[in-house]
Amino acid sequence: MTSLLKNSELSIEKADKIVSETLNSCDDGELYVEDTKSETIVLDDNKIKSSNYTSDLGYGFRAVTGDTVAYSHSNEISEKSLKNSSDNLKSTLKNNSGTYNSEIKKTNQKLYKDIDPIESKSMKSKIELLNNMNEYARSKDSSVKQVTASLLAEKKNIEIIRSGGELLSDNRPLVRINMSVMVEKNGRKETGVYGIGGRQDYDEYLKNDNWKKVCDEAFRIANTNIESKPSPAGEMKVVLGPGWPAILIHEAVGHGLEGDFNRKKTSAFHDLVGKKVASKGVTIIDDGTIDNRRGSLNIDDEGTPTERTVLIEDGILKNFMQDRLNARLMNTKSTGNGRRESYKHVVMPRMRNTIMLGGTNTQEEMIKSVDKGIFAVSFGGGQVDITSGKFVFNCTEAYEIINGKVGAPIKGATLIGDGPSSLKEILMVGNDMMLDPGIGTCGKAGQGVPVGVGQPSLLINNMTVGGTQL
Amino acid sequence: MIKDQDYLKKIADICLSKSKKLGSTDASILVQSSISENINVRNKKLDGSERSENLGVVLTTYLGKKKSSIASSNLKESNLNELVDRCIETMKITPEDEYNSLPDKDLHFSGLKDLDLYDETHLSNEDKINYIKEAEDEAFSNNKIVNTNGSGFGENKSNFLLANSNGFSDGYKTSQFTAYCEVVSKSNGSMERDYEYTSKRFYNDILKPKELGSIAADHAVKKLNPKKIKSEKISLIFDKRISKNFLSIFASAISSSAIAKGTTFLKDKLNQKVFNTEININDRGDIKKANGSRYFDSEGIGIINLDLIKNGILQDYLIDTYNGKKINRKSNGRASGTTNLYFENGSKTFSELIKSEKKLLYIKETIGHGTNIINGDYSVGASGIMIENGEFSYPVSEITIAGNLNNIFQNITLADDLEFNYSTNSPTMHVEGMIVGGK
Repeated sequence: MTSLLKNSELSIEKADKIVSETLNSCDDGELYVEDTKSETIVLDDNKIKSSNYTSDLGYGFRAVTGDTVAYSHSNEISEKSLKNSSDNLKSTLKNNSGTYNSEIKKTNQKLYKDIDPIESKSMKSKIELLNNMNEYARSKDSSVKQVTASLLAEKKNIEIIRSGGELLSDNRPLVRINMSVMVEKNGRKETGVYGIGGRQDYDEYLKNDNWKKVCDEAFRIANTNIESKPSPAGEMKVVLGPGWPAILIHEAVGHGLEGDFNRKKTSAFHDLVGKKVASKGVTIIDDGTIDNRRGSLNIDDEGTPTERTVLIEDGILKNFMQDRLNARLMNTKSTGNGRRESYKHVVMPRMRNTIMLGGTNTQEEMIKSVDKGIFAVSFGGGQVDITSGKFVFNCTEAYEIINGKVGAPIKGATLIGDGPSSLKEILMVGNDMMLDPGIGTCGKAGQGVPVGVGQPSLLINNMTVGGTQL
Repeated sequence: MIKDQDYLKKIADICLSKSKKLGSTDASILVQSSISENINVRNKKLDGSERSENLGVVLTTYLGKKKSSIASSNLKESNLNELVDRCIETMKITPEDEYNSLPDKDLHFSGLKDLDLYDETHLSNEDKINYIKEAEDEAFSNNKIVNTNGSGFGENKSNFLLANSNGFSDGYKTSQFTAYCEVVSKSNGSMERDYEYTSKRFYNDILKPKELGSIAADHAVKKLNPKKIKSEKISLIFDKRISKNFLSIFASAISSSAIAKGTTFLKDKLNQKVFNTEININDRGDIKKANGSRYFDSEGIGIINLDLIKNGILQDYLIDTYNGKKINRKSNGRASGTTNLYFENGSKTFSELIKSEKKLLYIKETIGHGTNIINGDYSVGASGIMIENGEFSYPVSEITIAGNLNNIFQNITLADDLEFNYSTNSPTMHVEGMIVGGK
């Protein structure tokens, strides 16, 4: 295997030697080397506004003993620089001594192809595609006043060198196609945003004029919102659509089930394993092994193969998501959730593709059962306070429900709830499980990583809707 | 050590001369070097250390009105040569944009650099650990504090050089010292977290560790055992750490890119009353030692002070070269956004403000991303404290607050307690009649 170090001033033998010598008195750690190429092309206001190409190479050297983590990263790849890092790690851990755990599972998992999505489509054809998207979106209606379209592609090659010389690697492609449309009618302005993507070449996502569907969807959302009325405020029943609204699951429960918050006992879920935390029929998994999905990884950023981890099964809390550090301190095994944004960041337990499995109800039944409530089809962003369990979401497409029927679209609705209690308020689980279109980025402690979500339609008994209409 | 100007200049020259040789008509380059060292402590015990050494270059090349950019952290000459090649190739096939150009030469910064933006103080890891342990010790002296989410101390030093083919070439060092303390309080089955944060260019200006710890503890304890309230229309008081967010929203709504595209609720509002007549907003880049101070923006244009709002009237936008051309305005040095942005003090004291109505809701935290710059809709999750007859009575959580920024801006009253703790700063704020969503 040719190493990412091959063109650097640091030989793999020298690197091995420094890594082993630094880590042999620690519990864990590794040298993580990353070579990332990325390209972003943006069309905005009828023009190709920017084309940026980034090439980033660097290492992160980590030593862990007990619950103390020492980390040093640099983009000067040389023996001198790595030695400096080594000295820095040793000085942090000088009072601790551990036993290196060299055990790490092996895998031949191949969830995506080793391709370079930047090079596999010419610059000319990328520019042409953006121009076509712009023209097509603007031709849909004279009310379309502004269009922004963008293409993002990335190839991230990583290498993990562990004490003793073991070398693990993964080559990860990722693309994303985004569209934003602003519509202006009768003095009102609204936007619609839509995107698709995953770990394949652009062309896989562009088949059958699929880019037109991206434009259609962004326009449809903007056009729906232009007719929207102010959102009601207060507690009511909420029906969530399938797919992307599962970011509610991601925020409301996902983060609270990450190993670090539970090891530190700052999560509202930390003492609830084996207990009933959700309604019967609710099963939530975090799956890193789905082919070509945005949140999938062959190995995580510590080298552990990813897996399908059951978090909640039929309402009972089963497992947390673990990296190696938190797993060791909680006497369990890593679930392959150790992730980092880049070599500049420390590893933390992070979600991959977080999914609520399907049930037996239909969306129609759910809506029929609601006298007064809202039907939330899409969300912008969400946020959670792990400790109090409170989470919030902003609806980008939602409708009122009156007497069992979907009514007018409503604008600017915010949903707020309490993670642990809203799981118990789930009244119906739909039979229409769907994954999101491949656009999610999760933020935690300043680090963003690509993730996926999925869920069926859900009926939640009681949530607070924030609006301006009392 | 961070790289010196000579090193940065050498990298810039390699890229600029190579771009010229390959046929670009213009080019600009940013070369940066930074080192940061962070210490994290949790429950009074060392949790981790992190040292980052960062190098980076961003090059933009022009061929007439065509443009392309590359960025890299790999500054080896062979890699730089490859990337410049790539940048030029892409540039040639990128469509022309009539507004693309380097900035006006006459607006380039030239002048004294006397703002004191660099403190060479270096703290050893031991000193950093001691500082932050002292903060946590102080927080734990409050008996309702049971845990910490982690507290940290960071020291950052950076140096950069910005140069372009019109002869601009300048750069300088900056420093930043940051500390935070995030604690968990517990009482009667309720668990809450809160924090305090301090960040300054000079080590001597940051909060003392004991203050940091005791403020964090006080915040977290005051949140315990919150109630949820009924949905109602009520006036709100925004704590200083939240009221400054309205300035950030205002700034993005008057950025020339949003104005040029028409994607802001403040389009066509120049010289109109956007706030009530009591309100003045300034953006000053020349405050000594201040977090937001700078000599020039990311295009090399000198910073001038802006009175953005005078007696409630919108006086100016935040303008860069590209978007300025679209709206027929010259850049005012805001390609990197605002500098030190602040509301001038109002005329009421904090105590007068919280006594101004019988019942007020004091907002200490908002969560979510519920601001729509295009139409001004605002809706976020919130928590805070109920104020009855001028007294803080009980904590409130799991509510939403909503309104439209056009109205919110007209209904602001400010206290006289402005402090320059961040780059964007506001006094305590009273907003009349917003909708709270609760039970």
